[in-house]
Amino acid sequence: MALIYGLITGIVFGFLLQKARVIRYDKQLGALRLKDMTIVKFMLSNIIVGMVGIYILNDMGMVRLSVKATSIGANALGGIVFGLGWGLLGYCPGTAAGALGEGRWDALWGIGGMLVGASLFAHTYPVLKSTVYTWGNLGKITLPQMLGISHWPVIIGLVILYVLVLGWFEKKGL
Amino acid sequence: MKTEQGAWNPYVAGALSGLLGVFSVVVAGKFMGASTTFVRASGMIEKMFVPETVANTAYYMSKGLQFDWQFLFVIGICIGSLIASLTSKTFVWQAVPTMWENRHGGSVARRGVVAFVGGMVAMYGARLAGGCPSGHGLSGLTQLSVSGFIAAACFFAGGMLMAALVFPRSRQERHG
Repeated sequence: MALIYGLITGIVFGFLLQKARVIRYDKQLGALRLKDMTIVKFMLSNIIVGMVGIYILNDMGMVRLSVKATSIGANALGGIVFGLGWGLLGYCPGTAAGALGEGRWDALWGIGGMLVGASLFAHTYPVLKSTVYTWGNLGKITLPQMLGISHWPVIIGLVILYVLVLGWFEKKGL
Repeated sequence: MKTEQGAWNPYVAGALSGLLGVFSVVVAGKFMGASTTFVRASGMIEKMFVPETVANTAYYMSKGLQFDWQFLFVIGICIGSLIASLTSKTFVWQAVPTMWENRHGGSVARRGVVAFVGGMVAMYGARLAGGCPSGHGLSGLTQLSVSGFIAAACFFAGGMLMAALVFPRSRQERHG
């Protein structure tokens, strides 16, 4: 059953990504070159709705959070390495699948590279585990937990911040 | 706001995708992510050739090499995009993106090599970071996880750096 839910969720998500033009190389590089913020508008809208929805349901005991562990070393170094590759490829793992779906078949080269990259990672993981991952290991922590306050002030603050950023993009015509 | 002819407003599509993410957690208990699927796929492929090596690779074993929710999610993205592009007649069989071609020419091989290397580097980084823009970016920031904020900021920092190298600003752009 989980497989069918996964497929349906993916189909709807892929449909929305394509409709908003978020999966295009030109849109992704457009954002990285600070010329076209379409993908950031999509992401921040997703996050605002998701953040409020998930935390309301969490407070009602209807959903459980699944927070990824924080290792400042791995998150920061891996993040920068990912970004460098993303700037070359112009697709991220999810959008590469979407780009292929609308016929941008250069995504296939990227998907091939991703499979090789995943393999390289799996085989070098033992070395990384004893080094990079131990730098700044904070465990599964959220921003409100780190600040030692309730999550709602943080959510309200972030919604205001995100809306201000989006308003600024509109003002600048990005 | 500039939107392409026929494109949906990114705020509307983004908000709908946010609702989809919430439904997914309620119905299936699953947060969106994509990059672990590539680990499972590469493990499955390697297993066909060197099964013993794969069995001794702790990282593959920790992820479980089977088709799971996320694997079908990634395949679904491809199908959903195909449906959306065919029904709106925006499907284009294209080997070299327009922005790339305008700066670097239409060579399929050149774009192919750069895309392949880019994919390899991106996936290595995504696994090291513990997720990609969907797992860390969307799902991580939705849950306010500290790892998500660090990773998402670094995704854009690395991406902007590389974009500046791939598309150096001309003299005219800098001064004009």
